[in-house]
Amino acid sequence: MTSLRQRLIPYWLLGPGLLWLLFFFVIPMYFMFELSLKTGSLETGYQLTWNWSNYADSISEYSTQFGRAFYYAGAATVFSLLIGYPLAYAIAIKGGRWKNLMLFAVIAPFFTTYLIRTIAWKTILDDSSIVVDALKFLHIVPEDGRVLATSGAVIAGLTYNFLPFMVLPLYASLERLDLRLVEASKDLYANSRATFFKVTLPLTAPGIVAGTLLCFIPAAGDYVNSTFLGGTKQAMIGNVIQSKYLVINDYPVAAALSFTLLVLIMLLLMAYIKFAGTESLMGEEDEVK
Amino acid sequence: MESSLDLPPDEGDNGKTGHESGAEGSVRLEGVTKKFGSFAAVKDMDLEIANGEFFTMLGPSGCGKTTTLRMIAGFEQPTEGKVLIDDVDVAGQPAYKRPTNTVFQSYALFPHMNLEENVAFGLKRKKVGKSEIKKRVAYELERVGLSREAKRKPAQLSGGQQQRVALARALVNLPKVLLLDEPLGALDLKLRKGLQVQLKNIQRDVGITFVYVTHDQEEALTMSDRIAVMDEGRIEQCGGPEEVYERPATTFVAGFIGVSNLLPAVAASGSEIKIDGGPTVSTPEAADFSADERCFAVVRPEKLTVSAADEAPSDRPSVDGVVESSLYLGTSTQMVVRVADDVKMTVLIPNASEAERHQLPGGGSRVKLVWEPDHMHLTSESPEESASADTADVSPDNEKEGATA
Repeated sequence: MTSLRQRLIPYWLLGPGLLWLLFFFVIPMYFMFELSLKTGSLETGYQLTWNWSNYADSISEYSTQFGRAFYYAGAATVFSLLIGYPLAYAIAIKGGRWKNLMLFAVIAPFFTTYLIRTIAWKTILDDSSIVVDALKFLHIVPEDGRVLATSGAVIAGLTYNFLPFMVLPLYASLERLDLRLVEASKDLYANSRATFFKVTLPLTAPGIVAGTLLCFIPAAGDYVNSTFLGGTKQAMIGNVIQSKYLVINDYPVAAALSFTLLVLIMLLLMAYIKFAGTESLMGEEDEVK
Repeated sequence: MESSLDLPPDEGDNGKTGHESGAEGSVRLEGVTKKFGSFAAVKDMDLEIANGEFFTMLGPSGCGKTTTLRMIAGFEQPTEGKVLIDDVDVAGQPAYKRPTNTVFQSYALFPHMNLEENVAFGLKRKKVGKSEIKKRVAYELERVGLSREAKRKPAQLSGGQQQRVALARALVNLPKVLLLDEPLGALDLKLRKGLQVQLKNIQRDVGITFVYVTHDQEEALTMSDRIAVMDEGRIEQCGGPEEVYERPATTFVAGFIGVSNLLPAVAASGSEIKIDGGPTVSTPEAADFSADERCFAVVRPEKLTVSAADEAPSDRPSVDGVVESSLYLGTSTQMVVRVADDVKMTVLIPNASEAERHQLPGGGSRVKLVWEPDHMHLTSESPEESASADTADVSPDNEKEGATA
């Protein structure tokens, strides 16, 4: 009797999450997929016509925006990694008693909503702002140039907004790093550079993989940053989907675009994990004995 | 010492580090002090370790032995003084430039590499040729008996196996000096005994200088050519195993190595000492003390014999006491005898037969402890007396020294 109850425990624990995903993910996904194959308009209603051309047409028409989304998200991920790794390293290993305070500083932006923060960036990068004046003074931005409505502004915004998602998993894996291994590496004739690339980096790879995924996936579908910080020439696929749904009310095409984005991200993800090695996702603790 | 082993020939090494011989390597510390903040872990230490020697630093937790080892390895830099390896001052040099390798207490094997890659790590950094790396790694894994496990990850091995990989990973580089930081500390007793013998044999084979850190006095006595007994950042005594055991220089050494059996005494004139509440004993060692100077007579537990209190006095020295406890240890019986209010002596009596054992005096009986004058040794009190506490039973798992400061 107890054994039956014990065997049921995992299902009870899984239950709420599974139900949630069923009602709010699987079922809506099904309806959205069905929608992506319909024709019609909001006024006349939609009929399921297995209209696969929704996919073919939208992909060819918006390939630029797809490409841009992946380019911006990729660049933001790379910048986040380049900024985030040294930051997480400093906090985890050199942080000492400031560790918690510095971690708090990383998370602090979350206390303001995403939208407000991005709108604040719009003000910061505005043509008449001090920041832009300073950049012009330093000749980083030409005298008649602007920062707002450029690719740089959108990538900077994405980097800023997703940096904490990079730093936290990196911090977690660096925090767990056994510094005695670093010492062993130095003992075995490896200088700081060799130690970093042969020991520290491979051992923190799970953090890098987790961080890049958490950064890239939401960034690729983002439209807030390009809405506020970019112009029409910086539109990402998220902007297109948003306007198809909410402005033009072309639901089938919007659904088709959403599905295409989902599949593309999943393909990229699978390629990435294959490249990074499943081992780095699993961590190093694959104990057999 | 000759390297009697058919080591694979050195080829393909570009000679970048130029210390491939593995047959030389003396270590000298001159006036070395290491401070962590205001705490001095090592105080003005002088030490000389000869080429090819198995040298052990022995002491309780926090005595500075690990810190000293870490200064030789290059993980810590001395606050003052010189660290010389083969007469070259290496103080200030980082670990990766020093001709030393370390076997860590935690083994510190790289979890993301298999055994082969772990062992090859040092040779790869030294840019040794690929074919030679392969040969030497295979040879070293063979030596520690782990050839078949070469492709396994460290997590798939037992503690004893991991320890052997750590040894192979260090030895494969043929360092001038091999540093071992409590390498057997995490293993169970039986495994430890076996590996002690293995380690000693390997050291004899390769002829590399071993500097070994342990808090286990038995381990130190079994394996070492010489032992430095340390306490509170200083060396109390440095000498061969027999010397530190039979002729401890201070009460601390006497207490840390073996059971502390100290009879307070005072030096009389010439060649005699007067044991407090006991006889006057003549010993040549008394000449080391000035008249009326306080000293301690050390008699090891196995050198004492117990006889009845009313037995006729012989010409051998003896003290009277009361049996406090008697403990059966299998091969012997351990008896604690109270000689004075604060003086207790431990006696080890070999268990010959059960009948004989039953005749031993029980608790509370008055007895006489007798010894041969030759078996008595005089020591002076340790400068900073802390030996009164029973330091001999430091538990093996609380050995984390000031290095974290």
